Order: sequence, then C-alpha cells, then structure tokens
Amino acid sequence: MNRINKLFENKKQEILSVYFTAGYPGVNDTREIIKQLAESGADLVEIGIPFSDPMADGPVIQKSNDKALKNGMSLRLLFEQLKDIRAEVNIPLVMMGYINPVMQYGIGRFSEKCHETGIDGIILPDLPFDVYMQEYKQVFDRFNLHNIFLISPQTSERRIKMIDEASNGFVYMVSSSSTTGIRGSISKEQEDYFVRLRDMGLKNPKLIGFGISNHKTYAHACKYAQGVIIGSAFIKALDGEGSLKEKITRFVKAIRG
Amino acid sequence: MNFNVDESGFYGEFGGAFIPEMMYPNIKELREQYLKILADKSFQDELRLLLKDYAGRPTPLYRSARLSGLYNTNIFLKREDLAHTGAHKINNTIGQILIAQRLGKTRIIAETGAGQHGVATATVCALKGLKCVVYMGKLDVERQQPNVLRMKMLGAEVVPVYSGNMTLKDATNEAIRDWINNPVDTHYIIGSVVGPHPYPDMVTRLQAVISEEMKWQLKEHTGKEEPDYIIACVGGGSNAAGSFYHYLDKPKVKLIAVEASGKGVDSGESAATMVLGRPGVLHGSRTMLMQDEDGQVIEPYSISAGLDYPGIGPMHSFLFKTGRVIFDHATDDEALKAAFQLTRTDGIIPALESAHALALLNKIKFKPDDVVVVNLSGRGDKDLATYMKYLDSFI
Ligand SMILES: Cc1ncc(COP(=O)(O)O)c(C=O)c1O
Repeated sequence: MNRINKLFENKKQEILSVYFTAGYPGVNDTREIIKQLAESGADLVEIGIPFSDPMADGPVIQKSNDKALKNGMSLRLLFEQLKDIRAEVNIPLVMMGYINPVMQYGIGRFSEKCHETGIDGIILPDLPFDVYMQEYKQVFDRFNLHNIFLISPQTSERRIKMIDEASNGFVYMVSSSSTTGIRGSISKEQEDYFVRLRDMGLKNPKLIGFGISNHKTYAHACKYAQGVIIGSAFIKALDGEGSLKEKITRFVKAIRG
Repeated sequence: MNFNVDESGFYGEFGGAFIPEMMYPNIKELREQYLKILADKSFQDELRLLLKDYAGRPTPLYRSARLSGLYNTNIFLKREDLAHTGAHKINNTIGQILIAQRLGKTRIIAETGAGQHGVATATVCALKGLKCVVYMGKLDVERQQPNVLRMKMLGAEVVPVYSGNMTLKDATNEAIRDWINNPVDTHYIIGSVVGPHPYPDMVTRLQAVISEEMKWQLKEHTGKEEPDYIIACVGGGSNAAGSFYHYLDKPKVKLIAVEASGKGVDSGESAATMVLGRPGVLHGSRTMLMQDEDGQVIEPYSISAGLDYPGIGPMHSFLFKTGRVIFDHATDDEALKAAFQLTRTDGIIPALESAHALALLNKIKFKPDDVVVVNLSGRGDKDLATYMKYLDSFI
C-alpha cells in the first residue's frame, strides 16, 4: 500500500505536511532536513524540485529556488542524495515542482527513479489535468506514484468532483487565490470556502496549503480538513539561528502548539 | 497543411495550457469566450473603428526606392511604426481591452520588455478608464526610460521586477503571479503570441490585420496580393505572426522570421531560441525554449529589450518544425548597422527590434523582380539612448 494512503488511514486529523526546496539553504541539507522533519513529528514531507521560473510562488520560495539552483541542485543530484533514504525515513515523501525539469529528465525515467527511491506522490502544479490523463497517469500508476491535484477557491464544483475522482492520496486545497507565501490569518471568505469543501464530502482527504504559517492558522485550518501543508514559513525558519536539528524541532513544536 | 490551433490548444506538439489550478477559471473563461467575442458584430464594429480612427490603420505599405536600388530588388516596408504609440502592439491591446470589457474585467495587467506593449496597454486603459498595472524588468526600466515615462503619463502603475535577469521573462512571471492573486476583476493582456492557450491564437488573430492589409496594399502596388518574401523580427512572435498569417497557406511566399542572436549564437549571450533551444514548458505553453540540460531556463541576451526572451510563441515552434517559416537571426551589430542605414536612406528611425528584420536584407540574394516586404514593427524613439552610444561606430 502506498504510504500516503496508509497515513490517512491511520491518522484522521492534524496531519502536518512540510514543504522545503531541495538544495536550500545548503546543497547537501536535503537528507538531514527530511530526517529531522520525520523525527520532529511531521507526517509527510514535500521535497521541492527547484526551478528557474516558479510562477505560482511568492518571494520566499522564489528566493529558495534561486539559491538552490545557484548551489548546484538538480534532479540528478537530488536522486543521488535520496538514495537509500528509506533505510532511515518511513513517512510518506512527495516530490513537488514545475513540469519542465521533470519533462527534461524524462517522465519515464523520473517515475522509475521516484519508485526506486521510495517516493509516494508527485505534485506538479502546472501539469494540466487532460495532459496528465493522456500522458502521465499510466506511467505514474505503473510506479505506484499518486498524482496530487490542486484546487483553489475559484475551482468549480464540477471540476472539484472530477479532480476528486481522478485523485488518489489526498487533494491539495489551496487556501486562497494566491501564490505561496505567509499571510496573517484566515479570513471569513476562506472559512466559507473550507466549509463548502468540507460539506462536499470528497472521497479523498484534504490538506490545506498556502498561507498556513503558525500554530493559529494551523489549528484553524485543521478544523476543516485532515491537515495542512506549510512551505514558506518553514523555509523562513531554516534561515534562523542554530543547527538544522534545532531549527526544525523548534519549528514543528511551535506549529503543533 | 493546417497551421491553426487544434481544439485542445496545440499546434502539433506545441502549445497547450500548462497552468496552475489558480489560473484555470480565467483561462477557461477566455478559451470559451474569445472566438465568440471576436466573431461578434458589435465587437468587430468597435474594433474596426478604433483601429481606423484611433490607431491610424491601415498603416502604409511604403516602397523604399533607395533600399530597392541598393539591393537591386523591390523592398516594401509595412509601416507599423506609424500606428498609434509607435508599434504593432496597439493592434493587440485594442482587441484585448474590448474583450476584457466584455468579460466584465475592471483591472488590467501586462508585462513589457521594450515598453511598447506596456505603453500600448496603458494607452487603451486610459482610453477605457480602466486601472492598469505594468510589470517591467528592472534592466528594461533602465534601458527603455522614455516608455516608462509614457506609461506613467498615461496613468499606469509601472512595477519594476527584480527577479532573474530582470528582463521580459521575469516581468512575465510577475504578471502571472499578479493574475493568480487577482483572479476575479483582472484581465492579463499578454503582449505577444506566447502564454497558455488561447493567448497565442487570440493575439495572432488580433495581429493578423497586418497581413490582411498587406494583401490589398500589395495588389495596389504590384498587381499581386502575394509577395516573394515577408521578413519580420521575433521576440515572442506577434508581429511576425500577424504579418505571416494570411500567407501561411501560400507556400510560394517565403516567410522569414528573424531572431536576435545578440553577440553571436555561440557567444553565450544570445536570444536565438530556434538555434539554442529545445522543446520545454515556460509561461504556460510547450514551445522551443532556451534551457540547460536540467530544464532550467537560460537567461537570454539581446541589445533589444523586445527580443530578449528565452522562448517563442508555440505556433512559431510548429512553423519552424514543419519548415513553413525559415528562422534566421541577426546580431546586435548587424541590427545597429541596419538601423543606421534606414535612418540615412529613408529618414526612418526603426525600433531596435525591427532593425533585426532589416538586417536580413544583407543576407539574402534577391532577384530584381522579387517583391520583399519587411515588417517595420515599430519606431526607434525609445532606443535613442542606445543608438547614440553607437552613432560614431556605425555612421
Ligand atoms: C517594435 C517591436 N517589435 C517587435 C517586438 C517583439 O515582439 P513580437 O515578437 O511579439 O512582435 C517588440 C516587443 O516589444 C517591439 O516593441
């Protein structure tokens, strides 16, 4: 069974998924960050594949992408770094990035490498639904990789149902119409959208991402979904003082409250 | 051969809409509406009237006697430089502002490189009383100052972009991010035949007025609608798409697109996408793209801000692959030389972008009875600071 499905079967609430950009802050931090996140009690880790033109990302993740590329990160290097990661880490691991680096690496080779490494899911925000169905689904399925789709407050009910139907693992609920980034609190409008989605009764669990940055927004979002995804706030925390272990332990603790 | 976009937004393997879900509703709305709006009589009436009385169309087709003598052939310039705001870009922005109005949008965003598209967008926003925000790379803000000032005078907010190389690609990323953050009231007027479907097709159709006019103008001049050559520069490819459009199915007309090779295709400082690129995805479409082996986009270089782009419209990738259009390139120096030449033969200061098309005249062996059209996509006022730096070297 795919580790993502197992996670959601065993844990129904307060799931914490953390995104980081591979190659940031240091090119060789990848493994340590994943290990420390798992040890600190994160439930799922999203490994960001850096891209030169991250069009759906706000300033913090843009900067981490730039730096990671300057540090020399690439998909090839990332797979080398992740070799045998499954000897040390058991929580589900998801790769997230833009389509072009994956396309250039070769979708077949990418999927095979993910499978070999023990990756459980893929998030490619700029991969269109119909192209996924025609060109990617079969390959991903063959290698037991779950493709995770995004939905936003503007996504129509019909489309949400279609996405839910085609999803396996979880649905990535973008919390507001925005690029990634840190926002203060959750608005009434967002709450209405969370309620609307909760009441739709999707077959897949949902994680709320974008703009979740602290215990307050975490706890608030957790009321409406199985859990949250945090990116920018975590990357910012990596800039702070101390060892990776200290920074990550402190961060996860603060989020869990 | 069919060069039109197919139902799912592709030209062969190129095109599509590789966009995050946050952009989907806007792109879907546009995809479902654009052909209906374009075909609507009230839209067509308003568009035609504005193109004529406001933008000054038709733009002349001018036979340059001196260039014709120099190259011993017949050289015509399609004078897009004489359109309002000084470039072909206004053809697209007039069309798109009318579309935006019909979609009920009240806020307009745009990216710009040379500033011509930014000015053309700010202009139609002023005309229609809509709020306008233009994203422009910091480097371009510096090298195209006159256009920045024009946009400000027109009431647009110009936002300098500091990411990447601080040029057109980065301005486009930032405009896309703005649209993601403002999904309800905002329309994004893309300035070229790039971006997700339906933009490449929509902008092509709006620029097609160039070749539509060329047909009857050539007939008046030469007795035939069809020339032997049409030459146009390509950044994203909108002036080229517009000047080729009505001749795509006339195989006898040689269509030549000119990219900017900067300091030379092998110099590492170039924007010649067809030579240096391979298929990839940028700004929502699959197209020829300058990228490294890991799929990271390579920062292009050209002296001309409007051609300084690592991709190209997906239709052009298809026209390249099928061989319907010949892609060539001109360096900074070749473009500068051609620009100074035209000012002295004809008293026309061309845009640096258009000068790349003019530079091709030196590379092709024409026959005396050939009819050659160069699309003079814009005027060079905005480039005066650059030209002045080279005045002594090229005159
Ligand atoms: C005068 C002029 N010509 C050409 C271009 C290049 O754009 P396109 O390839 O879309 O025509 C620009 C872009 O700014 C321009 O200002």
